[in-house]
Amino acid sequence: MKRRHFGAQSTAVTVRRILKNWDLYLLILPVVAYFLVFHYYPMYGVQIAFKNFFANRGILGSPWVGLRHFERFFNSYYFWRLLRNTLGIGLYELLVGFPIPIILALSINEVAHKRFQRFVQNVTYAPHFLSTVVLVGMVFMFLSRTNGVVNNVIEFLGGERISFMTEPKWFKTIYVLSGVWKNMGWNSIIYLAALSGVDPELHEAAKVDGASQFQRIRHINLPAIIPTIVILLILNAGRVLSVGFEKVYLMQNSLNMEASDVIATHVYRTGLLGAQYSYAAAVGLFNSIVNFIMLISVNRIARRLNETSLW
Amino acid sequence: MFDSTRSDKIFQVINYAFLGFILLIVLYPLVFVLSASLSSPELLLKGEVWLLPKGLSFDSYARVFSNKDILTGYLNTIKYTIIGTAINVLMTIAAAYPLSRRDFVGRGVLTVFMVFTMFFSGGLIPTFILVRDLGMYNSMWALILPSAVSVWNVSIMRTFFQTSVPFEIQEAAMIDGCSNIGILVRIVLPLSLPIILVMIMFYSVSHWNSFFSALIYLTDRAKYPLQVILREILIQDHMGEMIDTFDEGIIRQMLLAEGLKYAVVVVANLPVLMIYPFIQKYFIKGMTLGGLKG
Repeated sequence: MKRRHFGAQSTAVTVRRILKNWDLYLLILPVVAYFLVFHYYPMYGVQIAFKNFFANRGILGSPWVGLRHFERFFNSYYFWRLLRNTLGIGLYELLVGFPIPIILALSINEVAHKRFQRFVQNVTYAPHFLSTVVLVGMVFMFLSRTNGVVNNVIEFLGGERISFMTEPKWFKTIYVLSGVWKNMGWNSIIYLAALSGVDPELHEAAKVDGASQFQRIRHINLPAIIPTIVILLILNAGRVLSVGFEKVYLMQNSLNMEASDVIATHVYRTGLLGAQYSYAAAVGLFNSIVNFIMLISVNRIARRLNETSLW
Repeated sequence: MFDSTRSDKIFQVINYAFLGFILLIVLYPLVFVLSASLSSPELLLKGEVWLLPKGLSFDSYARVFSNKDILTGYLNTIKYTIIGTAINVLMTIAAAYPLSRRDFVGRGVLTVFMVFTMFFSGGLIPTFILVRDLGMYNSMWALILPSAVSVWNVSIMRTFFQTSVPFEIQEAAMIDGCSNIGILVRIVLPLSLPIILVMIMFYSVSHWNSFFSALIYLTDRAKYPLQVILREILIQDHMGEMIDTFDEGIIRQMLLAEGLKYAVVVVANLPVLMIYPFIQKYFIKGMTLGGLKG
């Protein structure tokens, strides 16, 4: 900050530093261009949410209609169903999918046999590399009413075969649990990294004081990863309404629609399949804004409660 | 008071039991898919396969490799993955290196400029209109260019450059008259091979598995990547289940298709399965480096 006192001189220094690194600016130029074109231009284009977009008139030439598309969305039959499903899946996922990787990491960290520890890690990371299409395909195969393994077991135990994929009440659970299966290992990596930073001397001292293994986890390991937990919780909260389109879309069918129709699939259906660009853009913008507000508020709460926050 | 060594033993038992349960849950579906793909389709459909292959048969694989759609999809995916990953890695280096330099004026502003896009976006429709207006509709570029850089990966790479390549070495090279690009190519990149491998892996897996862009941007069947074909085989065919059918012929068709599904899952994931053991030690490093410095 001291440099502020020499205004003109510091400007000259800055200019010289920029000139000296001219090739670094050249290097980053394509990246800046990429973000302008593929990220910032669509933000400019989102104004069609307030217009009646005609492809031949372009974004600027299309007439303004104010909040009409938003009103139509808020008053539509779908609005509450979409909000309920999107929020329901998002919260269910946060509630179940968020704590499991933490428990897994704490548990893996306690394993004394290093080879078993590595084995558990490598096995649980593997499903992360399966594509969403393959994951959903496997869900269909395992849950199939006619010949899925799960239904074979149910029948073997004397139960009635269940048509999992077509009954709305099963949708959210299948969505969340298959996600946990795929990602719990991968998501535990970051906590394991934080746990590896815990000073072993803390554990030695606690042992001398007679603390049990469980007490040491609760009072040493858990506090050590709280900052990581908070940051990831903020990031996840900001995504609560952006339920992944791909997976929902792939699992969706006309029979489970009541539970599976979410904002993202509605945007796809009305916008790209139904060519109602402006209406769908309005729905998408509503979604983005809610997410952004969520992120900022959770970040603010976290900053007030303890020292950790995103910014 | 209470006996801590005894409670520790109980804890250990519970902990191992818990991890054993997790292993079972994760491994069983994977092993089952492999076994089912190697079983005879008839036994598979009678529900006789539980863990190990029954009536060892490579019929399902023969069907996979004689399927034209799968082969075309495979080749397309390989092409998109190679070209896409090359662009991704070059762009990520081009973004991360300047941002890692503390003498780079404007890096704070540029970081915010990029990070903001992680939290706010124009959404699907404006992006779709843009891609169409750029003339990329129904072309390979629609799958590659809109996701040319991941901010998260730039952050991982920048952190690596900052922590693993001492700035003092770079300064010394500058004094010797080496240009910035020269420093990057001759000093920084050779020291950064592990992180470049991690990047190649992250990006190539995401291209390999990508489905959505192809769904919305490609109309020409000959350009479909593997995942779109997989969806037809694995998921759309299942819709038949919703109609209760008693037609013998259709049931027979469904039976044969069933074995193919398991084999196709194995074939689709083969490349990832093969490189997984070699790269796993690197990606843990990459994940943790990502740092939460967003």
